[in-house]
Amino acid sequence: MTITEPAAGTRELKYTAAFNEALHQLMAEDGDIFVAGEDVGIGGVFGSFAGLTAAFGERRVVDTPIAEQAIVGLGIGAGVAGLRPVVDLMFFDFVMVAMDQIANQAAKLKYMFGGKARLPLTITTNGGAGLSAAAQHSQSLEAFLCHTPGLKVVMPSTPYDMKGLMISSIRDDNPTIVVKSKMLLGVSGPVPEDMYEIPLGTASILRPGEDLTVVSYGRMAQESLVAAEQLAADGIDCEVIDLRTVQPLDIDTVIESAKKTNRIAIVHEAVRFGGLGAEIAAQVQEHAFDYLDAPIGRVGAPFSPVPFSPSLEADYVPNAERIGRELRETIGRPLPGS
Amino acid sequence: MALDDDILFDMHRRMLRIRLFEEAAGRLFEGARMPGFIHLYVGQEAVAAGVCAALRPEDQISSTHRGHGHLVAKGGDLNKMMAELMGKETGYCNGKGGSMHICDLDLNMLGANGIVGGGVPIAVGAGFANKYRDDGAVSVVFFGDGASNIGAFHEAANMAAALKLPVLFVCENNEYGEFTSRDRSMAIADVVERASGYGIPGTIVDGMDAAAVYETALEALEHCRSGAGPSFIEAKTYRFYNHHGVQTLGLPYRPDDEVASWQARDPIDGIEARMAEAGIMTADQAAAVRAEVQAAVDEAVEFGESSPMPNPARLLDDVYTEAAQ
Ligand SMILES: Cc1ncc(C[n+]2csc(CCOP(=O)(O)OP(=O)(O)O)c2C)c(N)n1
Ligand SMILES: [Mg+2]
Repeated sequence: MTITEPAAGTRELKYTAAFNEALHQLMAEDGDIFVAGEDVGIGGVFGSFAGLTAAFGERRVVDTPIAEQAIVGLGIGAGVAGLRPVVDLMFFDFVMVAMDQIANQAAKLKYMFGGKARLPLTITTNGGAGLSAAAQHSQSLEAFLCHTPGLKVVMPSTPYDMKGLMISSIRDDNPTIVVKSKMLLGVSGPVPEDMYEIPLGTASILRPGEDLTVVSYGRMAQESLVAAEQLAADGIDCEVIDLRTVQPLDIDTVIESAKKTNRIAIVHEAVRFGGLGAEIAAQVQEHAFDYLDAPIGRVGAPFSPVPFSPSLEADYVPNAERIGRELRETIGRPLPGS
Repeated sequence: MALDDDILFDMHRRMLRIRLFEEAAGRLFEGARMPGFIHLYVGQEAVAAGVCAALRPEDQISSTHRGHGHLVAKGGDLNKMMAELMGKETGYCNGKGGSMHICDLDLNMLGANGIVGGGVPIAVGAGFANKYRDDGAVSVVFFGDGASNIGAFHEAANMAAALKLPVLFVCENNEYGEFTSRDRSMAIADVVERASGYGIPGTIVDGMDAAAVYETALEALEHCRSGAGPSFIEAKTYRFYNHHGVQTLGLPYRPDDEVASWQARDPIDGIEARMAEAGIMTADQAAAVRAEVQAAVDEAVEFGESSPMPNPARLLDDVYTEAAQ
């Protein structure tokens, strides 16, 4: 599918509202979908679940105790038993509290059972830094999940993608984690009113370009786009690819672009070491080694927990300026004096 | 029961230090002079003050996301606390931790915690070390009613009991976990019922009454020190502000008259009334203590605001402990 942009004149919604609208429409359509999590009944801590209790009642919008393992387990059990659960873990960091149920149970059930189980489970959460929320409320942990066969991992960067990817994730019969970027929650963009799917595993090209391929996802896709526009003013023409889902990974789109531009960099907010950038770089050199004119660039967070202080956090999280600087190095055109 | 006058003075001061620190922090947060999240302890002061007044310096405490009160009660340095909340270099964690990770290992305060229930197993580990060294210290863990729903609490409580560790569990039941009331997240009326399931003796105490908390804690600590294993206190209390931030009334998940009924039992008013009645503190004396504590809090704000932001060159420091030179 090639829809990467809604038609002109489409009404605008915030990123959270797009998430919320997808849930409303899906729940209206399928009575087996329910939502469970801490404080979802009152709308969730960021308002993502607003209005669901009023629309669907407490039978289908379930406030749970603080019990992340059991919340995911509830989704697994209910899913195997025939429902289509959506469970919320509030912060990406809390995924780690539920990691046994996610990695040892949900991810492997189908395989271990010789294909006999079907697990249409969606886990939603909020990831990323930028709010001075410190080391246990700011992490980007997608690499842990992507390393686990059986899981799908979705990280939308626009309201449009959010709605389409949510609809695909919930309709998908596999355990899927949808990670909202906290810093994007209030960002608006065009979102069609009708339901539509964006197939999991299809990247979108946010900006076509000839000189350098920049691969990113989630909030960093938008930061990369800003960096690309700044570099364009200096005659550096970047092609920005938004992966949208990191598992499955649309590596074909990445390789095709790398073959065209001959230079590539990967940008993510997660810690650089052992991050998705390493996997993508490895696959690109396997498939397009002969096309590359420069070492593959990787932009990510340094190797430390996320610091609390706004001044340290600003240095820690990649932003357009830093991305631009590092992209210039990848392409061998550093700023004068740097 | 007769309590030493100086214990009452001590607890009164600890509670005022918490209250005035929190009110100042709340105002700074509201005025966008403080970054991040802030979970205020106001209303629950009698629990931290009553328990900590009963501790020895070598006893450890572990805390929660609502942790400022515990550190203040354990003797925390207000300047370093305020600076940390502001993300400054001079703060307890050099600006790297903030409100949810504030700690003072020298005071045996093992840290606030951003993960609900995360501190409970750690406290059990500290209790293990105490027993291992046979040093008579007790590890005290503060946690909420909501935290008693998470697996970490249950595993840790059972282990502490099975290994007969000197751990005092202090559940601050303020009737809510975020915006969900306690009765909607558990099917029992009193959290303390959970203790008996693990063979841990437990007591319910009025968490708005510092003297009652103190006496209950002394007894529970004695039990722990005697080698008989863990003990459990459920303190019935209330947070006056919202889960996060500084709103008090008009919240969709709790009725205003409920808030008012708890505010009418303000633990600081309570201890002041008791001390006035006993003829040990006049209104003037109470006002003088308040002024003194307020001055210390004002100084802490001043210290925090005039302190530098962390040096960016130290971003990667302290990820690991370097081998001793
Ligand atoms: C594992 C985990 N789940 C959820 C949260 C989000 N959260 C922070 S505080 C809180 C409520 C805790 O309630 P309680 O233990 O009663 O403490 P209180 O806030 O009432 O002091 C929740 C759900 C978290 N920090 N960690
Ligand atoms: Mg509570």
